[in-house]
Amino acid sequence: MAAAALLPLGYLLVRGSEVGLDRVIDIATSGRVRHLLWRTGLLAVAVTTASVLIAVPVAWLTVRTDLPWRRFWVIATALPLAIPTYVGGFAFIAALGPRGILQGWLEPFGVESLPSFYGFPGTWLVLTLFTYPYVLLTARAAIRRLDPSLEEASRMLGQGRWTTMRRIILPQLRPSIAAGSLLVALYTLSDFGAVSMLRYDSFTRAIFLQYRASLDRSTAAVLGLVLVAVTLVVLSGEAATRRSTGYHRLHSGGARTAPIVALGKWRWPALAGLTTLLLVALVVPLAVIVTWLLRGVDAGEPFRLTTTLVGNSLRASVLGAVASVVAAWPVAVLAVRRGGRLGRVVEAACWAGHSLPGVVVALSLVFFGARVAPSVYRTQWLLTLAYVVLFLPQALGALRASLLQISPTLEEASRLLGKGSMATLWRIVLPLARPGLLAGGALVFLTCMKELPATLLLSPPEQPTLATQVWTATSEAFYARAALPALALVLLSSLPMALLVLRDTDR
Amino acid sequence: MRRLLTLFTLLLSLTLFAAACGDDDDSGSGDEGDAAGERTLELYSGRSEELVGPLIEQFEEASGIDVTVTYGDTAEVAAKILEEGDNSPADVFFGQDAGALGALAKEDRLARLSDAQLDLVDPALRDDQGDWVGVSARSRAVVYNTDKLTEADLPASILDFTDPAWSGRLGWAPTNGSFQAFVTALRVLEGEDGARAWLEGIKANSPKVFDNNVAIVEAVAAGEIDAGFVNHYYLYQYTAEDPDFAAANKIYGGGDPGGLVNVAGVGILTTADHVDEANELVDFLLSAEAQEYFATETFEIPVAGDAVPAEGVPTIESLTLPDIDLNQLDDLAGTLALLTELGIV
Repeated sequence: MAAAALLPLGYLLVRGSEVGLDRVIDIATSGRVRHLLWRTGLLAVAVTTASVLIAVPVAWLTVRTDLPWRRFWVIATALPLAIPTYVGGFAFIAALGPRGILQGWLEPFGVESLPSFYGFPGTWLVLTLFTYPYVLLTARAAIRRLDPSLEEASRMLGQGRWTTMRRIILPQLRPSIAAGSLLVALYTLSDFGAVSMLRYDSFTRAIFLQYRASLDRSTAAVLGLVLVAVTLVVLSGEAATRRSTGYHRLHSGGARTAPIVALGKWRWPALAGLTTLLLVALVVPLAVIVTWLLRGVDAGEPFRLTTTLVGNSLRASVLGAVASVVAAWPVAVLAVRRGGRLGRVVEAACWAGHSLPGVVVALSLVFFGARVAPSVYRTQWLLTLAYVVLFLPQALGALRASLLQISPTLEEASRLLGKGSMATLWRIVLPLARPGLLAGGALVFLTCMKELPATLLLSPPEQPTLATQVWTATSEAFYARAALPALALVLLSSLPMALLVLRDTDR
Repeated sequence: MRRLLTLFTLLLSLTLFAAACGDDDDSGSGDEGDAAGERTLELYSGRSEELVGPLIEQFEEASGIDVTVTYGDTAEVAAKILEEGDNSPADVFFGQDAGALGALAKEDRLARLSDAQLDLVDPALRDDQGDWVGVSARSRAVVYNTDKLTEADLPASILDFTDPAWSGRLGWAPTNGSFQAFVTALRVLEGEDGARAWLEGIKANSPKVFDNNVAIVEAVAAGEIDAGFVNHYYLYQYTAEDPDFAAANKIYGGGDPGGLVNVAGVGILTTADHVDEANELVDFLLSAEAQEYFATETFEIPVAGDAVPAEGVPTIESLTLPDIDLNQLDDLAGTLALLTELGIV
């Protein structure tokens, strides 16, 4: 598994080495790379921070308080994840751009043009709004699993609500928040949709421009290698947050639901905040897509949404999700149960693919597939492998979080009582890890649905998906024709997420 | 546990269902076609299905050849061919611009076309070595609002839009590939300093920034801006539907850099398995039928034969092509560096 994950890295080394070590060092230490490092780092930190600041309070509100219409909020706040950044970015430019829809409404009041939000502000906003659910999902799962007896002990010992929050609850949430933050940070590093549309000069954009401008694969490869190095730094940062701590319960004493906090007069600001969030992150993009759709109906555009298109998308994404979860399982077990250097190295290898832009991973698999494995090249299997390399960490994060909370003593008990390792896995570990398996699968499914660069380059020929159809239409500025596939894409990928989130709240 | 099983069953049946749906179309079966004696062709297209899909279908009907098309962005499809190496399944590459074709030619991935094919097209619109040939052309143009301006109000050269009189009245799309090709041409024709001076001059006139040419054409017609830098063909879709559409093109001639002509073109790969079929496709794209399609459906400029351009579109003969070898437009990297340095992209 780790070997597959390292394919892109090997490819980058091959391509990078073509220009010779001196040139590699030249490129890697150039002012341009330092500039990109600073810009990309700034964006990653800003997006991650903002995501945590949005996600943790929302998670708390939707799990532990008497917020009105809680089940609605639980689902709705997770759904922005289903909106691809290339659609969200378009929608925001259309809505909030200097001469967008909002400006049109304000025109009668003498507003000629809104301040430009291209560059950092727009990119930051779009990436935050469409990735904060990564933190939300992991934080919410962790809050739900908190052992209330610890809080009760703290309160009984005379600590106030805020001190309990700060000293008891937040430290327990730290690994989950860090896991979600890691997904956000690495997504930010590898995202192309938002940075290209909103024109923020980041590593990914530079790599794309390098291909586009001169098909200069070697320079692009060196930039990719620098990006991998950045990822390793981010990873070690995250690893530091969960060093040497046990997170599972030592006994089953607290297996009950924590009390619900009454919001009282705080419910109104809470509702206002959530409504604003939903308006910006969900209603604006959906409204813009629907506007395109209506405009298309008016113009009598042909709508081509076939079962083939939907089928291709679903098949590719389901395969990607199942394969990622299956592949993540041994890695997660190794990392959680064995730990040690091997576990860390394998885990880091798996994360390497996640931070690379899709086009780099896709080209590395084109390289590998056409030259080494022509029998799988241009089949569904190579695309599935690409999804695994790209998104394995999403499954891994979810699995690791749930494995961490299973006490090894349960497995030991099962083995002592004479069950074999397979029976223990099947009867004890898998059922307990189920929330992680499902959450990881749903997350990967959703990400595969909206993935674009690898899907474009590796899909079997003439098997367009919803995402590639949206791309085809928008690249020629036929927005009306992009509307229906875009809408289908958002709805279909949010379905498993919604079901999953709903089931969790019902328990 | 039961629920987990249910979910797996559900996922599995979903996959099977999806697979069944996906196998409905019999297209992706090139290899089986070979065995049955059916003639097949692998086309890698950097032009989108929206633009050329119907044309390829016409070719399939006329020739009986089953064409498998891989669509994508021109540069990425070219990169894919390069990475596939000698095992590339592609027979023909259809690129949106000369730059990507030039890059493949430079790596010796394109085979020389026949003289009969090359001779159909003006030498300025094909590769010197005969590795690729342009099949349709587009000109840079200035689209202007016809309520506010007449053609006589526009400067005689694109270079003169730096005049402060145009402050706040212009629109451009600096991230657009065709605009960047134009800047590259400007660097070749006017030198680095000339190109820099023009970009700085336009920037000083605070032009409105758009994402694509279509948005510029719409903004001009709506009177939001007076004029904008575009490719010629976006306008005609609108004027065909609405004769009162308040915009027109000025196409610069006389060797002015504002009249840069770029092409979409094709090349046959050295590693092609279906050489005869590939040549048939190239012949078809240069035929009267395909040239007519480019003229009437995409509003481009036909480059071969007698096809007449759409209403308002210039003929290729009427244009004075700027003195530039399209292969020279491959230094997009230098253009991007310049645009980045000036804070334009």
